[in-house]
Amino acid sequence: MTVQTLSPVRKNKSRLHAGNPVAYIIMSVFLVYFLIPLVWLFISSTKTNAGLFSSFGLWFDKSINIIQNLKNLFARDGGAYGLWMKNTAIYAINAALFSTIISALAGYAFAQYRFKGRNLLFGVVLASVFVPATAFALPLYLLESKAGLTDSLLAIILPSLVNPFGVYLMRIYTEQAVSQDLIDAARVDGAGEFRIFVTIVFRLIAPGFVTVFLFAFVGAWNNFFLPLLVLSKSSLYPLTVGLAYWAGLATQPGNAQVLYILVIMGSVVAILPLMVVFLFLQRFWQEGLSLGSLKG
Amino acid sequence: MTLSENSLRLESQGTPRKNNYSWSRFMRKATPFLFLSPFLIGFLVFMVYPLIYAFNLSLYRKQIIGGVTFIGLSNYVKSFQDPSFWEGIRNVLVFGIIQIPIMLGLALLFATLIDSGVVHRVSIFRLGYFLPFAVPNVVAALIWGYFYGQSFGPITQLANALHLQPPVFLNAQGIIPSIANISVWQYTGYNMLIIYAAMKAIPTELYEAAKVDGASEWQIAWNIRIPLVMPAILLTFIFSIIGTLQLFNEPSVLNTVAPTAMDRHFTPNLYVYNLAFANKQFDYSAAISFTLAIVTAAVSSIVLFVIFRREANQ
Repeated sequence: MTVQTLSPVRKNKSRLHAGNPVAYIIMSVFLVYFLIPLVWLFISSTKTNAGLFSSFGLWFDKSINIIQNLKNLFARDGGAYGLWMKNTAIYAINAALFSTIISALAGYAFAQYRFKGRNLLFGVVLASVFVPATAFALPLYLLESKAGLTDSLLAIILPSLVNPFGVYLMRIYTEQAVSQDLIDAARVDGAGEFRIFVTIVFRLIAPGFVTVFLFAFVGAWNNFFLPLLVLSKSSLYPLTVGLAYWAGLATQPGNAQVLYILVIMGSVVAILPLMVVFLFLQRFWQEGLSLGSLKG
Repeated sequence: MTLSENSLRLESQGTPRKNNYSWSRFMRKATPFLFLSPFLIGFLVFMVYPLIYAFNLSLYRKQIIGGVTFIGLSNYVKSFQDPSFWEGIRNVLVFGIIQIPIMLGLALLFATLIDSGVVHRVSIFRLGYFLPFAVPNVVAALIWGYFYGQSFGPITQLANALHLQPPVFLNAQGIIPSIANISVWQYTGYNMLIIYAAMKAIPTELYEAAKVDGASEWQIAWNIRIPLVMPAILLTFIFSIIGTLQLFNEPSVLNTVAPTAMDRHFTPNLYVYNLAFANKQFDYSAAISFTLAIVTAAVSSIVLFVIFRREANQ
């Protein structure tokens, strides 16, 4: 099977059909279902905290307050939100970049070399895909607190560097994208194994690399359980933990109710980077999804 | 190419000295492990060792008076007799039985509709359905928590405007379906795309041949398209089981929005968290963590094994 997006033949087919109205209605109803909470979120972010309660949720209030909400969001608690955003970016970029490099190296080793214990080792890696990440969170927390590693960004970056599913994807991708003849030719020319990887292989597996990077990035951006356990200083929180913390404060009686609108504004700002990334890198994640389903 | 072919070629390139030859032979043997080493080290330190550590920890009890005592498997015996643990298991099972069939059924339906070409503007649906996946699930739980809410949730507002009794989502009865809905909302589009990607790999000649034989679109979908993407469907099924058993983020966030709707042991992971942080029972929570890891891995391996057996028999 080859990795490929839309083949041109299939596109013509839909033109032959008039389009089934029942199917169209079903699909449209569900489009509304999938988009309406997001529409509500974006509309709500333009309101004042009082307007949130006094106006209808799915339409705008009399005044548009989004600029003030943004200012308040970044001013609250001495600029905590900006810090959380910076932490999330540092964490997600480092975790995704280095875990993808590590996965690419390992995937290449599995795809290219025949060595003793290869199948067994790959089997163990595959099996570990099925152990849920949250099962490691508590033991990791206990180990890290023994090592004095908690309350640092490293405490969440380091465990994220191990991505068995990324290794699996990079292996499949390498097997498809890298021709053996090319490697052989380079070897005959006397190129070392590592130089072959950096100068020849890496260019060929770049699309697979971006795919694995993207999903690792999303995984890190969304991570909640481990940071919740290992980070106790709020200045180190990622966005997910920070927003959940504010949301908890918002329900408490007293002045904190003003936080509702900031949690909503903060949610909008937290979502946008991922949406932009997904929109611009459509080709890569769609390719990645087809890779994942190749070999069940 | 195998290593021996490779070494033959290198040997023929000149007349290497004896010790040079063995050095290059060693390097060739070591090369794959050099490429693997960053991953393997991380794998051992951050996956294998924590599990061993958790297991080891669960075998001892630490007390302020009396120090550390070896208690064998009694933490595991305790967990089997612990109604709180079983209630969590029951909750995630009920959640999974509701959520997984709805989500995968819808994902399969949408993928089939898109792939069979019975709807136009396919890219709008593909993107629109996938968009919730780009929302961090903590944020998704917050959005839906407010959306369901009694104070400024649009559903309550609509019901009030129509003079109806507003439905209550976030109470003891409503909480499981409410969380199931959040997961359906977040992951249907993602699973749809995985199944759709598998459908695109089916050669079109198969459909054309069936059409010549007079098969309808539904017959084609039911008899050709869906059976051929079964491996992809089962893959999404396994990942859904894993996601279900480790449910934590959504209940944890909804718990802050609606504190009365659930117990502290609502899911096994929530129980692990609360045992460790509220009760400081690290040995017992490590035992439950370890059990959860093993059970999840076992369940998904069995499902996977069954798939491979079926595929091999076909």
